[in-house]
Amino acid sequence: MTTVNETAVEVVDLATTTLRELNQRLHDLAGGAPGSRHWRVLNPSGAHAIACGIDAEIEVEIEGHAGYYCAGMNKFATVRVHGNASTGLAENIMSGTVIVEGNASQSVAATGRGGLVVVNGDASARCGISMKGVDIVVRGSVGHMSAFMAQTGRLVVCGDAGDALGDSIYEARLYVRGRVAGLGADCIEKELRDEHVAELRELLARAGVDDADPSEFRRYGSARQLYTFKIDNVSAY
Amino acid sequence: MCGIVGLFAKSPDIEARLGVHLAAMLEQMSSRGPDSAGVAVYRDPAAAGWSKLTLYSHEDGYDWAAVAGGLAEAFGGVEESAPRARHVVFVVESDAAEAEAWVHATYPELRVMSAGQVIEIYKEVGRPERFVEDFRLEEFCGTHALGHTRMATESRVTTEGSHPFSTGLDLCLVHNGSLSNHNTLRRSLRRKGIEFQTENDTEVAAGYLAWRLREGATLERALEGCLDDLDGFYTFAVGTADGFAVLRDPISCKPAVLAETDDWVAMASEWRAIAVLPGAADARMWEPEPGVVYVWEKAPVA
Repeated sequence: MTTVNETAVEVVDLATTTLRELNQRLHDLAGGAPGSRHWRVLNPSGAHAIACGIDAEIEVEIEGHAGYYCAGMNKFATVRVHGNASTGLAENIMSGTVIVEGNASQSVAATGRGGLVVVNGDASARCGISMKGVDIVVRGSVGHMSAFMAQTGRLVVCGDAGDALGDSIYEARLYVRGRVAGLGADCIEKELRDEHVAELRELLARAGVDDADPSEFRRYGSARQLYTFKIDNVSAY
Repeated sequence: MCGIVGLFAKSPDIEARLGVHLAAMLEQMSSRGPDSAGVAVYRDPAAAGWSKLTLYSHEDGYDWAAVAGGLAEAFGGVEESAPRARHVVFVVESDAAEAEAWVHATYPELRVMSAGQVIEIYKEVGRPERFVEDFRLEEFCGTHALGHTRMATESRVTTEGSHPFSTGLDLCLVHNGSLSNHNTLRRSLRRKGIEFQTENDTEVAAGYLAWRLREGATLERALEGCLDDLDGFYTFAVGTADGFAVLRDPISCKPAVLAETDDWVAMASEWRAIAVLPGAADARMWEPEPGVVYVWEKAPVA
């Protein structure tokens, strides 16, 4: 029987190992099964679905640019991309942390249920679309239609937000430090109270952002005119 | 889904190996478009007073020598290049539009894939890997090129329905997306004298650009017109004699990535198509903004 060294770093080179094999080996760690807790992925070269579906408390470092759906459905793991990430980073994340050192393409953390997603560069369109509890911190700016139909969770943007921010938003809380190009339907600016500053401070600290003063942000959320059933509107249904 | 790639050389090394890089990029986009593939390569400018046509025949073993003879009789000088699959490039001692009109009239069974001074368009149904081999893509040197891999959604899988589409002399268009008002627009463009060969939506966008340019619009203005007049999803890349342009629709569901180093500017649907280029890991990389026209052109030689 082989002994498993849980502290050694397991290095997987995608130039020589198939993506399917990498993901299978990561899935095999589910439920606390024995195996390395630290992984390094070399030569990602924009491949899709890298480190998807992990269900284990491990750390994965991706050394380069990741393709679509990187770290999708993540549970417990910390996945760090040392590069840019394409469409659908951390889609439907359940828990754990996903960090991108560069930029992320559209639909970051779409439908995410929990955990934290940090983009140290910019995120493009539809960041946090239909988010359901995930926290997202973007050090740069986000593109248009971000937080579309966002249900719960927090989106923090240290830079600017594109057009139609928070369109058809439910109860997610949005914080933007820079300029907002435009608010979507039923999204309004709200007062930044002490509890919000405290919440922001905690989120920024967890994301490792130490150069943004929480009091400089503005808060946005739902006007609750669109999603609440109103008897006056019954003929419209 | 479809895949787009574009490469603009800023160094002699990249120019010399343009085809090798283009082939590698195209193969990366195979899974986005396994139906058909095509490229527009800008290379070997025809001399002043001469022009270049890429002709296509539906038949294998077509009598290209007869076409060369006919062109020589009509125009004087003709240079014929070795066929690539069913495509042959002719350099003719004539104005490009005149030579193109002559081919249409004399050999109606042939398709003029491209006409101009520098452009050559090759496209065919089948997997991109096979296309790269059949058209000996890796042989090409040149200043810039666009490529496309197609997954058809709007119309039939045919050679004519493949991209790039010619939009005028030395101009071409590749498209990822789908247009929803193409039938209406095709009817209105036909009334303005624009001809169409297929029921394809992208051909309508190409015809639209050709019409706007014919009416005197600059490439930027013609592309900006798309934002008002085209309904649907698109990432467009347009090849010109001197470079290329990129435009995404205002919703921008369809992906696009741009990257630049000292040696090249590249555009692709996904990063993995750019990752195969030398120095890609250190390239400046960004996504084109929705509804914004981006243009790269070679500085005119002083």
